[in-house]
Order: sequence, then C-alpha cells, then structure tokens
Amino acid sequence: MDFRFNIILEYAPFFFKGVLWTVGLSLVGIFFGTILGLAIGLGKMVRNRLVRLPFDWYVHFFRGTPLFVQILLIHFGVMPMFTAQPNPLVSGAISLSLNAAAYIAEIFRAGIQSIDRGQMEAARSLGMTHVQAMRYIILPQAIKRMIPPLGNEFIVLIKDSSLAAIIAAPELMYWGRAMQGQYYRVWEPYLTVALIYLVLTLSLSKLLHRLERRYDA
Amino acid sequence: MIRVTNLKKSYGSLQVLKGINVHIHEKEVVVVIGPSGSGKSTFLRCLNLLEDFDEGDIVVDGFHLKDPKTDLNKVREEVGMVFQRFNLFPHMTVLDNITLAPMKVRKWSKEKATEKAMQLLVKVGLQDKAHVYPDSLSGGQAQRVAIARALAMEPKVMLFDEPTSALDPEMVGEVLAVMKQLAKEGMTMVVVTHEMGFAREVGDRVLFMDGGVVVEEGTPQQIFDAPQHERTKSFLSKVL
Repeated sequence: MDFRFNIILEYAPFFFKGVLWTVGLSLVGIFFGTILGLAIGLGKMVRNRLVRLPFDWYVHFFRGTPLFVQILLIHFGVMPMFTAQPNPLVSGAISLSLNAAAYIAEIFRAGIQSIDRGQMEAARSLGMTHVQAMRYIILPQAIKRMIPPLGNEFIVLIKDSSLAAIIAAPELMYWGRAMQGQYYRVWEPYLTVALIYLVLTLSLSKLLHRLERRYDA
Repeated sequence: MIRVTNLKKSYGSLQVLKGINVHIHEKEVVVVIGPSGSGKSTFLRCLNLLEDFDEGDIVVDGFHLKDPKTDLNKVREEVGMVFQRFNLFPHMTVLDNITLAPMKVRKWSKEKATEKAMQLLVKVGLQDKAHVYPDSLSGGQAQRVAIARALAMEPKVMLFDEPTSALDPEMVGEVLAVMKQLAKEGMTMVVVTHEMGFAREVGDRVLFMDGGVVVEEGTPQQIFDAPQHERTKSFLSKVL
C-alpha cells in the first residue's frame, strides 16, 4: 500500500482552516449548550407539571432523535424561514447547541438532585433562603459531581460537529471528504482527520482531568 | 414560645398527625418519646415548617407559620435544628460550617462570626477541629459541630431530631452532655429521642406520642414512674 504524504501536505492549509471551524463549532456548542442546558435543567425541576412539560419534551425530542436528522431539519427546514441563504456553519452551531443542551440539562438536574436532601434542610433550617442554599451549599457540591459527565458530553460534542459536513459546513470532516472526492483515496484523508479529532478530544480530556483534580484538592 | 393547636398532617391517605395540641414555654425542655412511626419526628419538623402541615396552627415566637405574611426565613433564624444524620456541609471546614449562616443570614462580620464560632467550639470541646473537614470527624464530634452550627445563629429555641440515633453507643454520652449543658443554661428545647435516661434527667416535661396523637404528657416522674395509659405502659416496658 502506498501512502501519499504529498496530498496530505497539499491539503494541510484546508485541514488547518477546518480544525479552526471544528474548534469554533464545538466551543459555541459548549457555551450555548451549557447556558441553555442549565435553564432547561432548572425548568425540569419545577414542581408544577404543566410548567415542566415543555422542558421534558425538549429533552425527549433532542435526545430521542438523531443529531443527523436535527441538522438537516434545522438547515433545510427551520433556517430558511428566517433567511434566504442559510449559513451552514450557523445551522451547525445552532443544531449542536440545541442538541447538547438536552444532555447537559440532564447532567445538571442529576447533579443537583444527587445532593442529599438533608443538605437543603440544614441550610434552610439556619434561615438561608432557597437561593442562598443553592448558591452556598447545593451547587458547589453538585458542580463537582457534574464535571466528569460534562467532560464526556463536551468530547461527544467535538466528534459530533463532524456531522455538520453533511450540510457543507467547512469544518474538518468537510475537508476530509473533499480530499477523498478529489483523489479517490481513503486512508490519507480519513486517517488524517481521525488523528486530528483524537488530538482534540485527548487535549480536552486532559484539561478536564486537571480541573477535576483541582476541585478534589 | 411555641403554641401548637390541632396540628394535622397526612401523606396521601395516611394521616400521620391527628390533631396535636402542645404549648412549649420559654426555657422549657420538652422531650418527645414514642415508637417509630408515631409521628414525633414529623411533629418536630413541622415546628420550623421543614414539613408542611394540612390543618391547625403553629405559633412560634409570635409568628403564625401559615400566615402568608410571615417570613419563614426570619422564623427559622430563631429556631435552631439538629438532625439525626448531622447534615454538616461536607465541602466546608468545621469553622466555615458554623460561620456561614451568621455571615450570610445575620450579616455578621467575618471576625464576629469567627469569634462566636470559636467560643462555641470550645463549649462543645472541639476547638482543635476548627480547620478540618467534616469527613474526618467521628459521629459524636460531627453532631457536636452540628449543635454549634445551630447555636451560632443565637436561636431562641433548639429542635433536636433524634440527635443520638445515628451514633455508635460510646459516642452518645458526649452529645447528651452538650445538650444537658445547654438545658442548664436555660435554652428552650424540644427533643425527639429514644434516650429515656436523658428524658428523665433533663426533661421538664415528657410527651408520649403514638399513632399521630399525644397519648400522655407530664413530668418525667409522672410518665416514667406512674404512666396512666396502657399504650404508654406497654411502650415503656419495652424500652426501659
């Protein structure tokens, strides 16, 4: 088997641009997914069933249907309602954020509800308000427990951003497919792309590991 | 100090409190005894509304708990509570556990809160534990810290919910000693416990609860030496 390093070199500038978009998409997804996820997670903890319902169904929908389908629906269905020429990067970022939010909502909810009820009771019995008890007692303990599953979700998000290639968002996977199409070669583009994703996810997991250890100390 | 009138509470179709009437005076130590499931813990938890109730009225320090105008947080500032399972905050040192509420709720300065906390730690015999985390404490030590944490708010009443039930037997004494001291200093206390020795020695009044009602109440002598009701006699014959 010959392996043509020269065509990888030729595509290096495109891969570089692609990586930047992949990182960009992932960061946007992590940022908005986390904010939206926190809001939805809190919404899911409301006692009133009617208020809770839309939040429940949000999670059901985005967790229960493939991200692939969601990207197509959003890019070709939802976005054209707002703009004549949907930008695939914007569609990708929105899809990733909405999808991640569903998983992150569950991580937040599980983290908060995993804290023993006695903690809230003790805080309230000392005269703290619900908000004070959350801020000083519940959340500091819950966040520590949320770091590992959140890290997991962020890694999934980096990998899932490759699905945006299907709507021609010029991220890493898009250039891998372009290279494959131009040269009819399999190993060079896809191994290169795989290796770059691996570097990205390993770096993130290293970073999260450090954060986890610092919280533990 | 606390006046409970016709207190009723149900979980679904199960009525756990069936009309309780109790008046607790200032500086009085009231001990509540009774079999498991008699509603004594639920009764205690209603006194600071950790547990909501369905009917009746509770007045604490002049505040009607069910009055929408009552600021429950203000009431709870005056009602300390000690739990069976301590419920110390595991992510904070012993000192921070004690100073947090005085600083955030009473708005004391850090200096004032720390000074008060150190006094209380001396009082419960744990001044050398100020800077350790709760997980390195024994059960007895943890419960004494929990008592100090509640006292730091300078409450007018202290509620104890089976404070020694989760402790190894050899640690019960150190917690009861702190509570005895507190009673001697004139703290108003409501204590749910299985420690009959404590009830007899420290209690001004003993309530015997069973099946969601106060079956019998009186001085420790009356309850322990001359119980009137069959249910009281049968309970005491099993635990004494």
